[in-house]
Amino acid sequence: MSDVKIKIKDRDGVVHEVDAPTDMNMNLMEIVRSYELAPEGTIGICGGMAMCASCQCYVESDHQLPEMSDDEDAMLAEAFNVKDNSRLGCQIHITEDLEGLEVELAPES
Amino acid sequence: MIKTDILIIGAGPTGLFAVFEAGLLQLKCHLIDALPQAGGQCSEIYPKKPIYDIPGFPEVLAGDLVNNLMEQIKAFQPGFTLGERANTIEKLEDGTFLVTTNKGTKHNAPIVAIAGGLGSFEPRKPLIDKIKDYEDKGVAYFIKDPEVYRNRRVLIAGGGDSALDWSIFLADVASEVTLVHRRNEFRGALDSVEKVQSLKNIGKINLITPAEVVGLKGSGKLEAVVINKSGEQDEEIIKEIDDFIPLFGLSPKLGPIADWGLEIEKNAIKVDTFDYQTNIPGIYAIGDVNTYPGKLKLILCGFHEATLMCQSAYQRIFPDKKYVMKYTTVGGVSGFDGSKKEAPKAVVKAID
Repeated sequence: MSDVKIKIKDRDGVVHEVDAPTDMNMNLMEIVRSYELAPEGTIGICGGMAMCASCQCYVESDHQLPEMSDDEDAMLAEAFNVKDNSRLGCQIHITEDLEGLEVELAPES
Repeated sequence: MIKTDILIIGAGPTGLFAVFEAGLLQLKCHLIDALPQAGGQCSEIYPKKPIYDIPGFPEVLAGDLVNNLMEQIKAFQPGFTLGERANTIEKLEDGTFLVTTNKGTKHNAPIVAIAGGLGSFEPRKPLIDKIKDYEDKGVAYFIKDPEVYRNRRVLIAGGGDSALDWSIFLADVASEVTLVHRRNEFRGALDSVEKVQSLKNIGKINLITPAEVVGLKGSGKLEAVVINKSGEQDEEIIKEIDDFIPLFGLSPKLGPIADWGLEIEKNAIKVDTFDYQTNIPGIYAIGDVNTYPGKLKLILCGFHEATLMCQSAYQRIFPDKKYVMKYTTVGGVSGFDGSKKEAPKAVVKAID
């Protein structure tokens, strides 16, 4: 198992290229938290249950991502600043397919 | 004025368990919570979700954990101020604290334990231009008293349970109910969705989907909203209404506690791990709201922190009393309501 490189643009517009492990059962929201790219308390509030949208991000690269669950879809229907490429970071598991993924964190709301 | 020994801010699992540990030391507790019910995130965000890391419970639903905690602390008769947010704290001359809520309720205690989780849950406000100007002038994010809406034209926005349930309820109260949601699909209990469907069919709820409220109009008070309805061609609808109620769920904010002079780091309150006291003696912080090297935001860690906090609080209140921790199996549990639980005594009886 190896790490993949992911580019994350934080809420201030700064781009960070980080190594994300594929063998730690982590999701994108947890990667953002582990690198402290958004202040604690402003991301992953529900802990990763697709119930708060605090980890909403815009997917900028054309990677094939896992399909949205009904929970994620419904949560995004109630979130703010939603775009066509919005996803919840907590629902994106880090796998080897995500090498080179580029995302931008949605504004805090 | 409400007087107690330990004033707990936040009625989540950590705050609730603190009542038990304080009760064993014969200390009384009162809890304040911004939500209308006890349980914090467990009740508000995920009551039907299982938790697997509560010691002794291979699996427990968050809502059941709260119910069990309420049962466990019942004998210690905690007081509750629910639906109010702790706003200000003041140290009085006698060294005790005065905590006042947003509704003006005053609480006095020698010890304050902040068990505030991620903060108090505030409604998520949609990003609509000038919405602040119309707050309390036709825009409300909560429904406190549905009677306010009798014979008025109400528009609710949102796609979750509260949007559905209030639309159903107000259909019999308001003169006109309109429900606006960004999708055609709603996320809610099946019978709520079906009920809205039948009310729509008989014309008691006016449903506009997929659509979004994008603007507000009116001078001095809300008179109409601008709705953007998507379809093959987007359509702009201007709808005259008296009240606009956006119901987009709640999000926690640390809120006024951040201004209490406590040391804050990463949106959490710094504490000493000796007894989880903050930089202000007599004010403690336990559970998800605190931070220290190695902190883990787990319910089970909150229980531990609550237990040590109570021991320290006892010493602060009674500096001269000698005390030795006693196992509940040995000492039993004596409630303030006169109840007494204790381990059954072994029987000494001869066998013929």
